[in-house]
Amino acid sequence: MLNYILRRVLQSVLVLLVVGLVAFAMFRFVGDPVETMLGQERTVGDIERLREQLGLNKPFFIQYWEFLVRAVQGDLGISYRQGRPVAEIIAERLPATLELAFVSGLFALGLGIILGIFTAIRRDGFAANAIMTLSLIGVSLPTFLIGILLIYVFSVELSLLPSFGRGDVVDLGWWTTGFLTPSGLVALILPAITLGLYQMTLIMRLVRSEMLEVLRQDYIRFARARGLSQKAVNFRHALKNTLVPVITVTGLQLGSIIAFAIITETVFQWPGVGLLFINAIQFVDIPVMAAYLMLISVMFVGINLAVDLLYVAIDPRLRN
Amino acid sequence: MTDLSDNTVQAGRARSRLAMAWDSDLAYSFRRSPVAMISGLVTALLILSAVFAPLIAPHDPFNPGTLNLMNGFTPPSEANMFTGDSFWLGTDDQGRDVFSTILFGLRISLFVGFAAVALAMVIGITLGLVAGYIGGLTETVIMRVADVQLTFPSILVAMLIFGIAKGITPPEYRDQMAIWVLILAIGLSDWVQFARVVRGATLVEKSKEYVAAARLIGRSPVAIMLRHILPNVLSPVLVIATISLALAIIAEATLSFLGVGAPPTEPSLGTLIRIGQGFLFSGEWWILFFPAMTLLALALSVNLLGDWLRDALNPRLR
Repeated sequence: MLNYILRRVLQSVLVLLVVGLVAFAMFRFVGDPVETMLGQERTVGDIERLREQLGLNKPFFIQYWEFLVRAVQGDLGISYRQGRPVAEIIAERLPATLELAFVSGLFALGLGIILGIFTAIRRDGFAANAIMTLSLIGVSLPTFLIGILLIYVFSVELSLLPSFGRGDVVDLGWWTTGFLTPSGLVALILPAITLGLYQMTLIMRLVRSEMLEVLRQDYIRFARARGLSQKAVNFRHALKNTLVPVITVTGLQLGSIIAFAIITETVFQWPGVGLLFINAIQFVDIPVMAAYLMLISVMFVGINLAVDLLYVAIDPRLRN
Repeated sequence: MTDLSDNTVQAGRARSRLAMAWDSDLAYSFRRSPVAMISGLVTALLILSAVFAPLIAPHDPFNPGTLNLMNGFTPPSEANMFTGDSFWLGTDDQGRDVFSTILFGLRISLFVGFAAVALAMVIGITLGLVAGYIGGLTETVIMRVADVQLTFPSILVAMLIFGIAKGITPPEYRDQMAIWVLILAIGLSDWVQFARVVRGATLVEKSKEYVAAARLIGRSPVAIMLRHILPNVLSPVLVIATISLALAIIAEATLSFLGVGAPPTEPSLGTLIRIGQGFLFSGEWWILFFPAMTLLALALSVNLLGDWLRDALNPRLR
């Protein structure tokens, strides 16, 4: 047990070190930082002095180590394009992405479980079949087309919802939130649906198949035989046993929600880290790209590790 | 039914390859599935129109000499109010015929899709064969790298590779190289599936007698991997390749839509949708609608074809 946990933690640290190496290599070898910072008018002496200052004449692994130490301390370099510390820019943008991810996760989980139960209980009904077919089509649509479709219907044709931006936000000092203003809340609706739709169908299908599996079990038949109401059987006995896989899948999908936020944020011009990353690629802003890579790796590896450890905590069979 | 009885009559004689293909299990299941037939037809139609785009397209969208700015924003199948010209699917802001740009965009989308899957296949099959056949530390390293890459969504990996490659290319070559960089990015982001499946199948084949026999007569490991094992692990690869093609087409469209893919000078379907999105609010819906529908038809039919192929080649599901 302890052995397993230790091994998983070590593996995660190794992955992060490798990602750090990739990020560092990007810094060091994609474009010459000295070239970028000095410009046309420079002497050999200037180049030498700057190399000394930036520590570029030290051995590779010492530089890598210093890079990691700085990254852990929150010094992620300076954006080539905006000329400001990358950590500051990301801290500014992160609340927008996290709020969007949170709302779409909530949407995916809530509606996914409800529709999953519905389609499992009414498995041959017309509505259930219609939902399943629609979900199939929804999964094969690229995310950005779903976003455009929603904008077309709800913003252009019906003029009900805003098509871009976060609306008015309230500044709490270290966090800006759209949850406290009406326009902020309304602005969340379309992006959250776009981002959460794929995960919603995934959770719905999972809950449905798990429910169908569980409803076939003997203890459900026994519960029915005891004369319990349909509602008590479905929700108290069946639903509980379907939720373990749902929790783990939701955990793992949290990472993809944050990654796919890049697409949604671009469609809706949502001022989050995803849009920042896309702009960084377009303008070859290496420090921002490297920082985003490290940020998202820490999230992914952390989530994976947490889910693996949660497995062990939930399922006693894995403990040996 | 008639050709079935015909074939029983000719059973003793040598039959043409075409007839054998027609009689195969795969072709039989294809003829029995309307979904497979329709999606196959749509895919074939789209591929053919992409290949013959220069012959079919009524205008050359990349030749500025044939464009007339006065023709801009002509609605589909209506006469332009200045020039009187009419275009089947309308024109965009610069007077380019939407139908022609779609045909040429389709060409780029399909080219990138096929090339990226081919790259992913070559890398994945090679590493999968090596990992499965040689084993040991080589296998551990290859599969660990695959595991790590699988932790990240492939679209993110593709974006990152695109960004790095763009950083390495000198600015003046960036637009020219964009298509190749795109192929590299999508190909490198998608090899893991191939490697995993080929490795698994290789592990099974490795212990069979024909491999031992080949080793006994002294064939080199490379020859055993390529000539003996590879042909026997290809059918699952075919299924993954078809599904990968659909994913690669969507990935290409997504990257180009985000502005980190095909440049406006060589627009793919994704680039066209990106351009069209700008006219969504001003009412010129056709600039966005037709490229989007084409992309949808392409992705959906290739996807359905892949699903059918998976079921048809997997005897356990029958």
